[in-house]
Amino acid sequence: MLKGRHLIDPMDFTTSELDEIFSLAEKIIEDEGRFKDACRGKLLATLFYEPSTRTRFSFEAAMLRLGGSVIGFSEPNSSSVAKGESIRDTIRTISCYADIAVMRHPKEGAPKLASMYSSIPVINAGDGGHQHPTQTLTDLLTIKCLKGQFSNLTIGLCGDLKFGRTVHSLIKATSRYENNRFVLISPKELRVPDYIRKEVLDKNNIQYVEVERLEDVIGELDILYMTRIQRERFFNEEEYLRLKDSYILDMDKVNRAKEDMIIMHPLPRVNEIDYEVDEDKRACYFKQAKYGMYVRMALIMKLLGVEENA
Amino acid sequence: MLNIDSIKNGIVIDHIKAGLGIHIFKYLGLDRADYNVALIKNAESNKLGRKDIIKIENIIELNYDVLGLIDSNITINIIEDEVITKKIKLNLPEEVVNIIKCKNPRCVTSIEPNIKHIFYLVDKQKGEYRCLYCDEAYSNMEV
Repeated sequence: MLKGRHLIDPMDFTTSELDEIFSLAEKIIEDEGRFKDACRGKLLATLFYEPSTRTRFSFEAAMLRLGGSVIGFSEPNSSSVAKGESIRDTIRTISCYADIAVMRHPKEGAPKLASMYSSIPVINAGDGGHQHPTQTLTDLLTIKCLKGQFSNLTIGLCGDLKFGRTVHSLIKATSRYENNRFVLISPKELRVPDYIRKEVLDKNNIQYVEVERLEDVIGELDILYMTRIQRERFFNEEEYLRLKDSYILDMDKVNRAKEDMIIMHPLPRVNEIDYEVDEDKRACYFKQAKYGMYVRMALIMKLLGVEENA
Repeated sequence: MLNIDSIKNGIVIDHIKAGLGIHIFKYLGLDRADYNVALIKNAESNKLGRKDIIKIENIIELNYDVLGLIDSNITINIIEDEVITKKIKLNLPEEVVNIIKCKNPRCVTSIEPNIKHIFYLVDKQKGEYRCLYCDEAYSNMEV
């Protein structure tokens, strides 16, 4: 039962609960018009303590397409937070007005704290470098719709694997399904943290390799998940400049890939995927953004407990 | 073996890992006690080889969570009229509240006023705890 629950960590839901969300999302994709009034009369509060146009728009579009309404703030200076209101007081007040809340916050654990004091479902829309569970749902729905399965896949993850929270969550989430193999492609300095290697991969006997060159392994992959090397994650400019261009996907590399490989990216991209790749049928990152909206529609409906055929 | 008078009414904290006794002694404020207290260091122990023991000639309030966190092998004996009336075996607590403070500067605990610092046990063998909010890992040895 997902009604009334919070989504704070990508692993909060079991695989069968995730299946419930994905099968509803697929119904929405099939016939979106049927759901245009599913959330009529319901109010979503978007509490964005740091700017994030993409995720906020995705949530707002999801709620509006379900016939619901949206209130909120997109940066803390325009809210009572600027007067020093605590997260607990903010969520308690918002709980009086809205039916469901989405929170992005630069501090790790802020949505968890909010969920402990909230009487309405709280969705974590990113808490610093910690968790971003709806990105994981987006990635999983993309894989389900485009590959038809979550098992028996060779998944390549490329770029900043050290700080990229979407990568860590995706590894954890896809590790719950059978017979997946990971190819971890990154500079030595930006490899996955030890805890992912030990507590997720080694602990569950999952096959993986760590390599430095994308072109050597691209031919093996069913999925290539590209990530941005974020400037703000570096301690100094020199280090950033040395590594930022290490992993650029261009058509030379894509031509070595399987015909049915899919290229994913959480967006926004900087220069890690050449624009010429956008025209290739394997480029799925804009579809992925659309799946993100659909999965958020399904998630909102499930947490609110609204009827599918409302 | 050093001879220390047995106590009439009070507490004996036994099986403390050698070296940790002084920390517990200070944590309990026994260095400022105005009643009989004894800290025995490096006593012989069949189980541990060497151990520390604290004897307190008074009934004081003990936080078992903190003591369990410092050393989960501790045994606490409550003495009444020179007889052990209660024996308490400590464990690593499943959850500790406001004992460890999260040191992660990116954690919400660094900005939210009057927030409870909550840690939960993730690995009993290693004594590993994680912050409920940000998942920062701590070992009980750091306490």
